[in-house]
Amino acid sequence: MQESVGTKGLIFNEPLLWEKGSKGRSGFSLPRRDVDSFPVDEELCGDGPDFPDLGETDVVRHFTRLSQWNFSVDSGMYPLGSCTMKYNPKTNERQAALPGFGGAHPLLPAELSQGVLQIMYELERYLGEITGLPAVTLQPAAGAHGELTGMLIFYAYHQSKGSKRSKIIIPDTAHGTNPASATLCGYKSIPVKSDENGVLAPADVAAVMDDDTAGIMVTNPNTLGLFEDNIQEVSKIVHDHGGLVYADGANMNAVMGIVNMADSGVDVLHLNLHKTFATPHGGGGPGSGPVCVTPELERFLPSPRVIEKDGKYRLSEDYPDSVGKIHAFYGNFGVQIKAYAYIRTMGAANLKKASQLAVLNANYIKAALKDTYYLPYNRPCMHECVFNDKFLSDFKVSTLDVAKRLMEYGFHPPTVYFPLVVAGAIMIEPTETECKQDIDMFIDAMKAIAREARENPELLHEAPTTPKVRRLDEITAARKPCLSG
Amino acid sequence: MKEINELTFPDDLRYTKDHEWARLEKDHVRIGISDYAQDQLGDIVFVELPQVGDEFEKGDEFGIVESVKAASEMYLPISGTIAMINAALEPNPEIVNNSPYDEGWMMLIKPDDPAELDALMDKAAYLEMLKGNES
Repeated sequence: MQESVGTKGLIFNEPLLWEKGSKGRSGFSLPRRDVDSFPVDEELCGDGPDFPDLGETDVVRHFTRLSQWNFSVDSGMYPLGSCTMKYNPKTNERQAALPGFGGAHPLLPAELSQGVLQIMYELERYLGEITGLPAVTLQPAAGAHGELTGMLIFYAYHQSKGSKRSKIIIPDTAHGTNPASATLCGYKSIPVKSDENGVLAPADVAAVMDDDTAGIMVTNPNTLGLFEDNIQEVSKIVHDHGGLVYADGANMNAVMGIVNMADSGVDVLHLNLHKTFATPHGGGGPGSGPVCVTPELERFLPSPRVIEKDGKYRLSEDYPDSVGKIHAFYGNFGVQIKAYAYIRTMGAANLKKASQLAVLNANYIKAALKDTYYLPYNRPCMHECVFNDKFLSDFKVSTLDVAKRLMEYGFHPPTVYFPLVVAGAIMIEPTETECKQDIDMFIDAMKAIAREARENPELLHEAPTTPKVRRLDEITAARKPCLSG
Repeated sequence: MKEINELTFPDDLRYTKDHEWARLEKDHVRIGISDYAQDQLGDIVFVELPQVGDEFEKGDEFGIVESVKAASEMYLPISGTIAMINAALEPNPEIVNNSPYDEGWMMLIKPDDPAELDALMDKAAYLEMLKGNES
C-alpha cells in the first residue's frame, strides 16, 4: 500500500481577530488630507464599528491559518454522497473574474450588458439541451430553491386548469429537501416506499396517485445511487391523473448526455450547477439551481426572462402567467459564468464521458469494497454506492467511527446515516475527477479501517486523534445550542 | 448500538411496527418509544409532542423525535385524545435514552376504544419482528 496521504503536522492556533492586534496598529496609511476640514452634522456622528486594529501581517496570517484548518477538493478526495464534490477547474474562476463580468452591475441597461445577457441566454439553451427540457430559468439560488420554484410552477399549472390539488407523492429515496419544498408550497407529502430493488414500483405509485395529487417528486438517480428503471411507467400513472412529474436533478452527474429527462416523462427538473457543473460548492461560494421545464410549462417560469431578437438580448417581464420573481435580480450570475465555462471547455462528448466515468468510478469502489462493507442493494449503481456498518457491528464499531477514522487517512468522510432507508448508511460518491490511484488509496484506507475494527476497535472509537479537533460534542451542541457569539 | 438480547422489553406492554409502546393504566394508555428505537436513534436531542386535548386516529403522526443521527416521526398506536404529555422531555430529552419505559414516557391518552390495543404486538411478536429486521 502506498503511504497514506493523512499524516501528522504542526497546526497553528489562531484567536479571533478581536483578540489580536493593538490600539493604533494599521495595515495602510491614509493619504494626507488635501481639503479643509468641515464639521459634520452631529446626527450623523457616533461611535465607529467595533473593528480591531490590525496590521497586514495579522490579517494575512489569520486567514491563511484558518484556511489551513480546512479540507477541500483542492486538498484531497471528498467522496460526499449526493453532493458531487468534483474538482472545480481553475479556468472557470478566471473566466468569471474577467473585468467585463467582474465590473458588471445588475442595474446597467441591457444595451450595456449584452455579453452578460448572452451568457445567460446561451447557458439556458445548453441546460435545456442537456436535460431535454428546453425552457429554463437561472434564478434559483440553489437546489432546494429550485425545488420550491418547481412546486410553485406545479401550483400555477393546476390553478390554470381551475383546480387546486393538495398532495405530492415523494419516494423514501428522494432527497431530504423535497418534502420540505412541497410543504413550503402548501402541499402535503405522501411518502412511498421503494421496493426490494431500491426503486419505485409503479403499482405503489398507482395506489396513492389520485385527482387531488399535484404530482410526484422523484430524485433520479435516487439517493441509493440507483436509476429509477420504472420512471416512464411512473410518469404515465401520474400524467393519467392530470399530475406533473418533478425530477430532482441533483444527481444529474450520472446521466449527462445519456438520459433525456423529457423522454422519461419529467415535466420540471432542477439542476445544481455547484454539483454537476463544477462550480464551487458549500463554503466555496453561492450555489445555483436552474429549473428546466417542458414547452407547455414555459409560461409559468419566473420572470424576468432573457430574450433574444435580431442578435440583441434584453430582459422581459411580459409573462402574465409567471410565478414571479424568486431571486434578487437574475440569480447568482458569477456561478452561471463558471458553469458556462465548464460546459464550453468540456463540450458535449466530454460531458457524457464525465458521467460515464463518474458511474464507472462508483461501481469500481462498490466492487472493491463489497466484501468488506455490507452492500444492502447489490446491483449496478450509478454515480454513488451505499454501504453500511452491518459487518462491523460485532466489534461495536459504527458508521460514525469509520467516518471519523477515515479523516486520519487523509480523506473527507462520505455522507453518513443517509439515505434513511439504509440503517447506518455510508454513501460514497467519488465523481469522475478522481484518478484510479487516488481511488485505490481510498479503497485501501477503507479496507485498513475494517481490519482495525476487528483487531483494535478502540482505535476507531477514539478517532480522530490527529486532526486539529477531536470528536465534537454534537449532543450538547444539539441539546443546548449556543446561538450567539 | 446494542444487540437485541442486550435490550429490554417489558412484558406488560404492547408494541407497534414503528417501535412505539403502549401500556393500559386504568382509563388511560401511556405511550413511549421502545428500547430498540432509542438505541437505533442514538443520543436524542429533541422531542416534539402534541398539545393536551388534541385528538388523533390510530396511526396518525403525533410527534417527532430527533437524535444526532436522524429525525423520526412517531405514530399513535391507538385512537384517542391527549390527556397529558411528559413536559420533562423538553428540557431533558436524554431521559428517553436513559429510561424509555419509565421516566422517558411520551404522553397519556384517553383512548376511544381500549380494545384497539389487542391488535398491537405483544413482547414475543415484537421480538420476532426485530429479529426479522436484523437478518
